[in-house]
Amino acid sequence: MEVNAPITLSKNDWSLHRKGPADQARHAEKVKEALKENLGQIISEEAIITSTGDKIVKVPIRSLELPKFRFDFGKKNQAGQGGGESKPGDPVGADPNSEGPGQGKQAGNEPGVDYYEAEVSIDDLAQLMFEDLQLPNLEQKTRDLMEVDTIRFRDIAKKGIFANLDKRRTVIESIKRHALKTGEARFDAIQQDDMRFRTWKEETRRETSAVVIAMRDVSGSMGEFEKYITRSFYFWMVRFLRQKYSNVEIVFITHHTEAKEVDEETFFKLGESGGTRVSSAYKLALDVIRERYNPNEWNIYPFHFSDGDNWGDTDNRVCVDLVMKLIDICNVFGYGEIREGGVRSTSTLMSAFASIRDPKFRSVTITDKKEVYPALKRFFSVEEACQEAA
Amino acid sequence: MNDRDLPRMAEALEKIWEVGQSLGLDPYPIHFEVVPASIMYEVGAYGIPGRFSHWTHGKAYHQLKMMYDYGLSRIYELVINTDPSYAFLAEGNSLTQNRMVAAHVLAHVDFFKHNAYFEQTNRRMVDLASVNADRIRKYEFQHGRVEVESFLDAVLSIQEHVDPNVHIRRQSAEELEEKHREREAKAKRHYQEPTPYDDLFELDPVPASSGGQREPPAKFPEEPERDLLLFIAENAEGLQDWQRDVIRIVRTEMLYFLPQMQTKILNEGWATYWHLRIMRELDLTEDEYIEFAELHANVAMPSRRQLNPYFVGLKLLEDIERRWDNPTEEEQRRYGRRPGQGRQKLFEVREMESDASFIRNYLTRDLVNDLDLYIYRQEGDQLVVVEKDWERIRNALTRSLASMGIPYITVDDADYHHARELYLKHLYEGEELDIAYAERTLRHVFILWGRPVHLETVVDGNRVVLSYDGEKNERAVVK
Repeated sequence: MEVNAPITLSKNDWSLHRKGPADQARHAEKVKEALKENLGQIISEEAIITSTGDKIVKVPIRSLELPKFRFDFGKKNQAGQGGGESKPGDPVGADPNSEGPGQGKQAGNEPGVDYYEAEVSIDDLAQLMFEDLQLPNLEQKTRDLMEVDTIRFRDIAKKGIFANLDKRRTVIESIKRHALKTGEARFDAIQQDDMRFRTWKEETRRETSAVVIAMRDVSGSMGEFEKYITRSFYFWMVRFLRQKYSNVEIVFITHHTEAKEVDEETFFKLGESGGTRVSSAYKLALDVIRERYNPNEWNIYPFHFSDGDNWGDTDNRVCVDLVMKLIDICNVFGYGEIREGGVRSTSTLMSAFASIRDPKFRSVTITDKKEVYPALKRFFSVEEACQEAA
Repeated sequence: MNDRDLPRMAEALEKIWEVGQSLGLDPYPIHFEVVPASIMYEVGAYGIPGRFSHWTHGKAYHQLKMMYDYGLSRIYELVINTDPSYAFLAEGNSLTQNRMVAAHVLAHVDFFKHNAYFEQTNRRMVDLASVNADRIRKYEFQHGRVEVESFLDAVLSIQEHVDPNVHIRRQSAEELEEKHREREAKAKRHYQEPTPYDDLFELDPVPASSGGQREPPAKFPEEPERDLLLFIAENAEGLQDWQRDVIRIVRTEMLYFLPQMQTKILNEGWATYWHLRIMRELDLTEDEYIEFAELHANVAMPSRRQLNPYFVGLKLLEDIERRWDNPTEEEQRRYGRRPGQGRQKLFEVREMESDASFIRNYLTRDLVNDLDLYIYRQEGDQLVVVEKDWERIRNALTRSLASMGIPYITVDDADYHHARELYLKHLYEGEELDIAYAERTLRHVFILWGRPVHLETVVDGNRVVLSYDGEKNERAVVK
């Protein structure tokens, strides 16, 4: 735009200018890295476990603020401006308009924020967590639950509809033709012969079926911590299974001296009391399998969480026998023992299980909130987990 | 503002330029560019268009963008201090809003051109910044992106620690000698009557041993060095050339930003003062005038938790104008101040002052009361007003503006323990450091220096030395 004064005005196309978004993406990537590093800590936070669905949670990440030499905000004097009658001792209220409009950089005088809080949805967290998890030893069973038809673009043809034109291949073909004809590899007008189209094929994918049997000790010896860890583990397990596998069934079993099958809601809420007879749960699991989940048709995964404080040695021995039976017909059997603060007694179930050498048997001891994630990784990884030294 | 408005905007710019000239403003030529909001945030986040890539810029960009998307804040004006200057107008703004922005920008550019603190500013910074960005990109190709990024993390961590008065360098012994010799030779050549100002010329210390061999300095650096970046770039032993270059790049760009940080209140006050006066000279319709008044009121809104530079700067300038236009009898008698010199005085202030001196010289008791300024701090879990005495407020403000909220830290000894360890010293002026942050920052300094690093500061009245040796942080009380 022409103006006489030494002042010009123009409007250009900035749509290809992507620097900010590119660096923002790098920042987001770093947030993700930091989240992943701290997953163990993050996922067992009460706020997350008790949240429902797609809630956004704030996760503090220290590493994403560049540290600098700065004053201690808590001990710092700041200047402000009142409405006319302020006097010493008056509280300084929140600013109605704390972010002044139109300000550029203002260095070093914002109130201190101690850490960067990333906002993530539970689903995103789950995505991060479940990347490496899967049902181990999954086998093709005779009973395929579902045949899924999918369409896949994986073929190329010379004829097709224009919406499916593969531009990249078409350009390459054109360059090739020129190279052959003129000896010079360059891109010029496209001829009919250069055109390449993507075409699809219909595929049928068979998904195999699996059942997870979640067993939970609800006896009186299970303290707040033990209950919390159990719930936390199963919370993520259920999410994981539902997200990754469309047709996994989950059976919920709780037990004290007696075991019973419950629905999902009851399973997560239940806080009973009484003695403990672990064998009751395993027996019920075997019954459920016998009645409803033929091992030839189903991949079967029983998991059990307990404080390891069982009725007595006799029952421990019964348990070992039952676990051996379960292992025979299951893909993996997982046992988690929770001991707050790592206190251990020798007569726990875990020591009874020490004699089991089968690679299908996986066990884990949890003494701290942040060990829930490693436990998930242990139970749901492909490699055959080696026995944890109990 | 759509494309149809462009010719009208161009017209308005010409008018604004004319009015500005007639009122005495003398800016560089200005190029205005109409851009989408996203570009406003990008330039706002980077400070200079085309500046090097770093995730911290991406984070700033994201935050600005989010504030905009949620309707919490917008950037109205963005002007780059170069010759010619670049200013960005948001296409989402109305014609009237952009007129005000242009008037505001005009005064900023006048300020950039004339304020003493910008005398050393590189006026081709946009070019330089993109050359710098290219070099850093090249280093990323050569040494890996993560490598360059984590080195930049370390440098940016202490980027504020440069010397704002870098052009007023301490004179070396040789320079002092040279000066002394010149003066004596001059005195011999033509004799001059002694004047009352002679002693001022003799303030430079006379070198003790002129001519002879000087003792090797007992300590390195001889005098505490405030420019951490420069000192490290020149003296750290393990750095590769590209790393020294990265430090210099960050330092150069920081030196460009510093004068803007030093003159925030004065500069915004100046621009606000002038956009008011220029807008009054334009032929606005009633609706347009109301729209302008609304925007102005938004910009110049007092803030309880920090000083709004637009508002405080404007009030100070208007107060100066009033006091120099209509001096009291006492002022006329004592200072020989003649009436009607308000404007002239304002131009002098815009040329001479920084925020610190602006507040120290011109914040009066009446103004502190009128503006209801106070000092507050955190007590328990709430923020409480702790100071209403006008002089103490003025002094506290002056102090914090002089430091720009950046702790004064010097290199005290670069051969500490006789093992090339770096000993930094925080010049404690009543405000304590955030120790957790300081310890994390030391780890970054260690990356740069390559040897153990220490920082002496004051915690609860005790001298404390924080150290980091590459493996762990330590704290020790100094007796």
